[in-house]
Amino acid sequence: MKSDSWKPWALLAPSLSAVFFLLVIPVCFIVVYSFWLRAPSGADIPAFQFGNYAKFFEDFFYPKILIRTIRISFETVVLCVVMGYIPAYYFYRSESRYKKVFLLLIMLPFWVSFIIRTMSWINIMGDSGLINHFLLKIGLIESPISMLYNEFTVLMGLIMYLLPFMVLNIYVSLEGIDKSLLEAARCMGCTEWQAFREVTLPLSLPGVSAGCLLVFVLTAGTYLPPMILGGPGNDMIANLIFTRVIGTLDWPFGSAISVILLSLLFVIVWTYNRYLGINQIFKSLQGN
Amino acid sequence: MIQIYTVLVYVFLFAPIVVVIVLAFNPKQFGIFPMEGVSFRWFIKLAQNESIIEAFKNSLILGSLTAVISTGIGILAAMAFIRFEFPGKNTLNTVLLSPIMIPEVVLGVALLLFLRFLQQPKSFALLLIGHVVLTLPYVLLIVQARLVGIKKEYEEAAKSLGANAFQTFREVTFPLLLPAVLAGALFAFTISFDDITATLFWATAQNQTVPVKIFSMLRNSISPEINALGAVMIVLTVATPLLAGYLSRRFSKIKE
Repeated sequence: MKSDSWKPWALLAPSLSAVFFLLVIPVCFIVVYSFWLRAPSGADIPAFQFGNYAKFFEDFFYPKILIRTIRISFETVVLCVVMGYIPAYYFYRSESRYKKVFLLLIMLPFWVSFIIRTMSWINIMGDSGLINHFLLKIGLIESPISMLYNEFTVLMGLIMYLLPFMVLNIYVSLEGIDKSLLEAARCMGCTEWQAFREVTLPLSLPGVSAGCLLVFVLTAGTYLPPMILGGPGNDMIANLIFTRVIGTLDWPFGSAISVILLSLLFVIVWTYNRYLGINQIFKSLQGN
Repeated sequence: MIQIYTVLVYVFLFAPIVVVIVLAFNPKQFGIFPMEGVSFRWFIKLAQNESIIEAFKNSLILGSLTAVISTGIGILAAMAFIRFEFPGKNTLNTVLLSPIMIPEVVLGVALLLFLRFLQQPKSFALLLIGHVVLTLPYVLLIVQARLVGIKKEYEEAAKSLGANAFQTFREVTFPLLLPAVLAGALFAFTISFDDITATLFWATAQNQTVPVKIFSMLRNSISPEINALGAVMIVLTVATPLLAGYLSRRFSKIKE
């Protein structure tokens, strides 16, 4: 056995070096760069100072975007749980032979381009979109109402993107529940609702919380929905990073904002892992 | 009740997709609804648009290369994690899966910054290595899940019959692993083909992908041409896995 100990390392070498050189080192670069100075000429000067961070917290402009990002992420998480639990529960209880088709369908959006699904909300909610057309036709309104480019449409885009993740996480943990527990509860005289509340719901919470973490993390780093479906006041932190780095080429400041976002996510993931364990999340993604 | 609720959730998830496909046949230039008949003019216009054809080529090449590399190194890593015991295994597994939890924007900035430090220009290679990092965790998850289910005894039997490690892998493990390999490769292809956020950081005018192209077209406003392009992409990325799944089932039936 002893002589075999090099083998796993040889097998791991390509992927570990890929992640090390293309992820770990670049992320370290972000941290280093966030302390650098930006000269008025646009050149980056190596330094160790906290000016970029001070700039972020200088006035309310940037912290507001951070707080908005956190708030929208929470809203998305809550809405995904509310919208996702019932379909997941329905699949779990369903005896229908179409169950597999339904499950396949919930994964289908993963295969459809994110940008197309996002921009299509313009087709639906735009001034000459589906909803306005319908309302005009039945005579409920006389001129199109403008519904786009606000926080509500951003949330729509986000939920549409993240809901399948939530449904899958909840479904996986529901499937893991021993059905005889439910029968036992029913035998002891529980109503169906009681059995759900006392047995199924508590046992499915690991899936719910895993889904919440995944949805939160993915929302907090999201760029596209605010960009396409949001107005000027709906920017999230990823949009800020993008405009600083690609727009104004302010690398040190962009790096500092990235570090702030990463730290926020790290604290959340670390806390979660400390109390609940992170492996549940990867379990649901395996099903694909 | 919960049935109706579920159906409503499906309507919510699928309305945007269905609408894109329907509107791709919308003949009129401005406005969205009502549709005035059915026409293929936007598909024809797409086929004549050289920059879109170019973007399609880029996306296809990028997606295929990403799938091959990512699946290749993913299989090796999965073998290490499932078939061997070594110190730090769980930590390393988490490290390899971590790109899922890192925002694409941060990954985009980080890799660009690194490239800037190395004083290299943006290139196709940057897109490729970036997409490999993005897709590797998914491939790893899919292949690992399948590998756990393949009994070690098969491999041991092959070895005791005199096969070396490589022969064992080629003749026993790989064929059993094939469904997961194909699924992982397809998934990697789709992620790469559809990726937008990180790709916006890495792409240049010379190597635009289709989503980046759509993004720049959206700057003006939504047009039937974008819907037609969207419809083509949907059909491509959805039909391919369905077809592959169907074919693999057909083939496995023939073998039996």
